Amino acid sequence: MSQSSIMPGLRPTLGFTVVYLSLVVLIPLSTLVFQSFQLNWEDYVHIITNQRVLSSFRVSFSTALVAALIASFFGFIVAWVLVRYEFFGKRFFHALIDFPFALPTAVAGIVLATIFQPSGFLGKLLIDVFGVQVAFKPLGIVMALIFISIPFVVRTVEPVLLEFEASMEEAASSLGATRLQVFNKIIFPNVFPALLTGFALAFARGVGEYGSVIFIAGNLPYVSEIVPLLIVTKLEQFDITGATAIALTMLVISFVLLLLINMLQYWVRKRSGQL
Amino acid sequence: MNAITQQVKLVEHQQLALQDPDWVKWSLIAIAVGFIGLFICLPLGLVIVKAFSKGVAAYVEALAEPDTLAAIRLSLLIAAVTVPLNTVFGVAAAWAITRFDFNGKSLLTTLIDLPFSVSPVISGLIFVLLFGAEGWFGDWLMAHDVKIIFATPGIILATLFITFPFVARQLIPLMQEMGNQEEEAALSLGASGWRTFWSVTLPNIKWALLYGVLLCNARAMGEFGAVSVVSGHIRGLTNTLPLHVEVNYNEYNIVGAFAGASILAALAIVTLILKTVLEWQQNRR
Amino acid sequence: MSILLSNISKKFGAFAALDNINLEIPEGELVALLGPSGCGKTTLLRIIAGLERADQGRVLISGQDRTHHDVSQRGIGFVFQHYALFRHMTVFENVAFGLRVKPRKDRPSNDVITKKVHALLELVQLDWLHDRYPDQLSGGQRQRIALARALAVEPSVLLLDEPFGALDASVRKDLRQWLRNLHHDLNVTSIFVTHDQEEAMEVASQVVVLNHGRIEQQGSPSAIYDQPANAFVSGFIGQTNVFDLEHHDTEWLQAAGLSTLHQQGKIVHVRPHDIVIEKSSAGSDAFVILKDWQHLGALIRIELVKSEANRPSASVYAEMPNEQFKRLQLHKGDKVDLRIRHAHWFH
Repeated sequence: MSQSSIMPGLRPTLGFTVVYLSLVVLIPLSTLVFQSFQLNWEDYVHIITNQRVLSSFRVSFSTALVAALIASFFGFIVAWVLVRYEFFGKRFFHALIDFPFALPTAVAGIVLATIFQPSGFLGKLLIDVFGVQVAFKPLGIVMALIFISIPFVVRTVEPVLLEFEASMEEAASSLGATRLQVFNKIIFPNVFPALLTGFALAFARGVGEYGSVIFIAGNLPYVSEIVPLLIVTKLEQFDITGATAIALTMLVISFVLLLLINMLQYWVRKRSGQL
Repeated sequence: MNAITQQVKLVEHQQLALQDPDWVKWSLIAIAVGFIGLFICLPLGLVIVKAFSKGVAAYVEALAEPDTLAAIRLSLLIAAVTVPLNTVFGVAAAWAITRFDFNGKSLLTTLIDLPFSVSPVISGLIFVLLFGAEGWFGDWLMAHDVKIIFATPGIILATLFITFPFVARQLIPLMQEMGNQEEEAALSLGASGWRTFWSVTLPNIKWALLYGVLLCNARAMGEFGAVSVVSGHIRGLTNTLPLHVEVNYNEYNIVGAFAGASILAALAIVTLILKTVLEWQQNRR
Repeated sequence: MSILLSNISKKFGAFAALDNINLEIPEGELVALLGPSGCGKTTLLRIIAGLERADQGRVLISGQDRTHHDVSQRGIGFVFQHYALFRHMTVFENVAFGLRVKPRKDRPSNDVITKKVHALLELVQLDWLHDRYPDQLSGGQRQRIALARALAVEPSVLLLDEPFGALDASVRKDLRQWLRNLHHDLNVTSIFVTHDQEEAMEVASQVVVLNHGRIEQQGSPSAIYDQPANAFVSGFIGQTNVFDLEHHDTEWLQAAGLSTLHQQGKIVHVRPHDIVIEKSSAGSDAFVILKDWQHLGALIRIELVKSEANRPSASVYAEMPNEQFKRLQLHKGDKVDLRIRHAHWFH
């Protein structure tokens, strides 16, 4: 309270913030909740337990999970390499990390579809060499989501690695720890909370992702149809009720998962003395 | 003699506490570069190659098509409306949150991030629920002949929602870290609130602000999911550039699709370059 | 264990941080590496530890060549300037770390580790903090935990980088005495780096003065103070008045009792307590004007200027006990006679 005693402008800025937030975000988003009140429980259960809807939930959440895990693993290595080592072209790669973030999703979608489709550059290679088809399968969705996830992981892990106190590593070495022990016992535990944040961001983004996925997914019901697409399909059939029910369910599940991840993170930080 | 040369070799291969063995270092670099190459460089190269695959003439022709031009105009219009609004909001929100203590501050901060965790499709859907033909205001809008959904206002609203947090997200951590000592100094010297903002706060946050505007703009021009739900895909009228790319792609007009895509990719690349420049500027401070 | 450094040199780019250092540290000593910042003292400590590699030269610890041993195999304990405690581990786990990372065949059982860690924590009088995290400790507590952690692996040599640098003045005083006592009890060869000459003189049994990557002098604190090897050491250790004979009036100095007959150099250093003053008697040639004085607790520092009316000259400082000064009953502006009791000559 005391810090703000002479600063001007609380009323106009806070007032504008709250009004604008309500108009643009809160009121529109709350319609989703109010709209679903018009639905009785049986109808809701009927919509949600539809086999096609359940399959789409399975596809969306499992692909997002796998993609976020893979992106976390490689994203950590990328962040590590960019922070710790010097090599030719490092600045170029560093600048490229945000490319998936800056590239419109529709463009990412058609580009990835072109690369991975059976006649595409990598798609053909993968079929010829490994017999694996990527496009029009859940694997294709995973590929698109990895692309989307990279900057989330790298950009959350990077600053933590950058600020990491080198003397902690030196201290561990001077106490007789091997390089591997230093990594396992000192570096990784300190970076883990950030990695978890990156994973959560990537996962949340992946579950809701639409543009970059629909071109490569093939959108086969029960196989590679994601929840956002199903919502769009319902809307196009003027089934507003169905779309609302599915959307609300997805929103709730995402929030619950994020909450769980936040709690896990709180627990990790608390256990490691960072709170 | 032999022993000495052996020792010299040993010294060369010694590793300090913080250095990883060379084989570890180079394999990790190889993995990282391979991963970035596969997932980032390859897509980037493909956009450029595909756009010009039928020659530059076909590319120019695809771009000169009236529908493409209309799509570009619409995307620019959307950005021109949404970016300034969200910029003003971002600065106001960052000022309120970082310069004052009030109840519900952390809730407010969380709510600002909300659009990030909502699927773009849902972001479009909520405006259909409000303003669509069967929406809450549907009958009223119909009666007064106002079109929001399947028209430009709907696209603007959905884009506003999607790009809502970008500027605020950039400014809040920076202004938090800066503290308000410099501003207090200016105020104590008799500067007005506005004067303090313009000549003390703004110079300190300008690079972060520009970066936020840049990201906000990139997303406003490139948003696909939310816009796709509210636009109705009317060619030459409510198709933004990303939607135009989708339509062309689905109609197997690959050159047309990639011509549009390459404009958007160019926008992304320019964004990245400006971002890198802005980072340098900020680090120089 | 004794430490022998021979011909150690280290360059950072074109900057020679250390230039051909030869140093022998006998077993059981508590040695201070003292010098101004940038003199290479921390680099030397890190080279002994194996955290830095010398460009040339060898490091022998108790007679064995450890030049090419990695820091993890050197058997040293290192206390970092900002402690470098593992912030994600409790105090207990911090101290236990060195024992837990030992190869399985050398690793003590959990019971032994627990006992040993508690014993160490008791040694540093902080056992009651064993389940806290480093962020919850004060600076002085962190310092002592860092020391306990380094001692856990029973190092043959204990190395401390600016051990009191990050602490408040009052805590620093206490810890200095404590470290001295601890060293007395454990008798492990210890080297600490400091830029504070007072700290080095107070804590160490041996002081090594470094400047520009070279050793200027090595010796006991009293030897360093009483027989400084050169002008740098004399100027760096304690206060001193500098008279450059080329710019100073030699007759005046002679009148003050300094024998310039067999000149041993061009520069004379005189400690403030080696200058005696009394109320001026008529006809004295070596009189000065008392300009001002400051209380330094038990001592008074007196600022004196030569009475040259035409040009201002540098002040000369003298120190004497409070009581003695009171007895002289001097006032500002008084003429006083000055006598030099003892001086050091340098080239």
